[in-house]
Amino acid sequence: MSALQVEGVSFAYGQRQALQDVSFSVAAGSFSALLGPNGAGKSTLIALLTRLYDLQQGDIHIFGHSLRSAPRQALRQLGVVFQQSTLDLDLSVQQNLAYHAALHGLSKREALARIDEELARQQLDERRHEKVRALNGGHRRRVEIARALLHRPRLLLLDEASAGLDPASRLALNQHVRQLCAEHALAVLWTTHLLDEVEHHDELLILNRSRLVAQGGVAQISRADANLAATFARLTGSEHHP
Amino acid sequence: MSAYWYCLQGIVQREWLRFVLQRSRFFSALVRPLLWLLVFAAGFRAALGIAIIAPYDTYITYETYIVPGLACMILLFNGMQGSLSMVYDREMGSMRILLTSPLPRAFLLAAKLLAIALISLLQVYAFLAIAWVYGVQPPAWGLLSALPALLLVALMLSALGLLLSNGIRQLENFAGVMNFVIFPLFFLSSALYPLWKMREANEWLYWLCALNPFTHAVELVRFALYQRFSPLALALCLGLTLLFAVLAVLTFNPQHAALRKGNA
Repeated sequence: MSALQVEGVSFAYGQRQALQDVSFSVAAGSFSALLGPNGAGKSTLIALLTRLYDLQQGDIHIFGHSLRSAPRQALRQLGVVFQQSTLDLDLSVQQNLAYHAALHGLSKREALARIDEELARQQLDERRHEKVRALNGGHRRRVEIARALLHRPRLLLLDEASAGLDPASRLALNQHVRQLCAEHALAVLWTTHLLDEVEHHDELLILNRSRLVAQGGVAQISRADANLAATFARLTGSEHHP
Repeated sequence: MSAYWYCLQGIVQREWLRFVLQRSRFFSALVRPLLWLLVFAAGFRAALGIAIIAPYDTYITYETYIVPGLACMILLFNGMQGSLSMVYDREMGSMRILLTSPLPRAFLLAAKLLAIALISLLQVYAFLAIAWVYGVQPPAWGLLSALPALLLVALMLSALGLLLSNGIRQLENFAGVMNFVIFPLFFLSSALYPLWKMREANEWLYWLCALNPFTHAVELVRFALYQRFSPLALALCLGLTLLFAVLAVLTFNPQHAALRKGNA
């Protein structure tokens, strides 16, 4: 069973087509990178995956549960880190996590146990009572990852999670998520417009101007070109790769 | 079932934490009605005589008359402010986290409305306590019997606020709408003057006041404070709460703003 199955998804904002007949799958336990220039349709796809927007055409299955017919079961499998930070800055790390745990129906006892576990995993245990406002960007992202994993999803979706971070923090975050993926058999869909966040063994999806223009292993996709940057430039028509 | 209960607890707790962190909001919510009670009412006490009307059994002071209206004023402002915070959450992105919950969207919104209403009740009772010290003393048991009425009114006004916020794209626009809603609702009601006085002045204004949902909210609370029951007020408030809540849930759709903008 695939962790994520997107079938024939199209979406339009009025007359403007944001996604056209997009179909792909993400295997359970794999790390997949969704690459695309700005305006390609990545954010729209994320909005559909997270049920922020309603599907217009096509369907999305998360571990076999359809977002159309079984959204609750589907969302239970999904953890999300949005591009825009969604933490309450004036609440503490623990308070933010407790809120999210409650939204997923966890009891206080269970929530506390999982908060302990996730904060230890993210190495943020000592910061649990600090206000989020006091944390730097990298730590805030880790809090968001901890939050996304509280309800033990099997698919983690990160929408340009490294946006706004310095290069060192970006790399650290990327590596950290990969480690989570490997250690906990977590399926990850990492969306980005930055090529240096993609590694050669990743499954790669390239979105351009509302269409999926490539899907497969990095080596397979970039076989005809000198490198991934050249492949990206060719498929997206961009002169300079991000 | 327990998942729903924990989720409701979490939403209410978050609103409580945000309220506690914004203590100035608590006090500023009290300043407005207290100004009316302590200053305005004192000044107009001599000018405005209140004939004996239900639910009062005797002549009453003007201060006594306006206390229910001022309590509802707190609920009105809080209801609109709570929905303003939802517009803010939508703009800032924190609404997304609410919507990633696997629980039904209608439940999440209803829980949010209840959380806003409960916080409002705290402010109302703080106001009633101050009014009591000032000398406006409804029956002690009336303070308890008014609780369900106050909760219903709080829910009604919060649902109205949410319904309005669904049509607003930006924070700045919502603040303007609030002024076009709050002040007409408040002044065209029985909060500050009995409707028979309005009728003496102008028939049209009387009917506007009589048809104003806020009038019936005020009367519901007024009667409940004196351990009396107004069937008409209850029926209207209950019906309007359901109507506003259902419409608010049906019209709540984060993608509407994006579809209107044609933006990704």
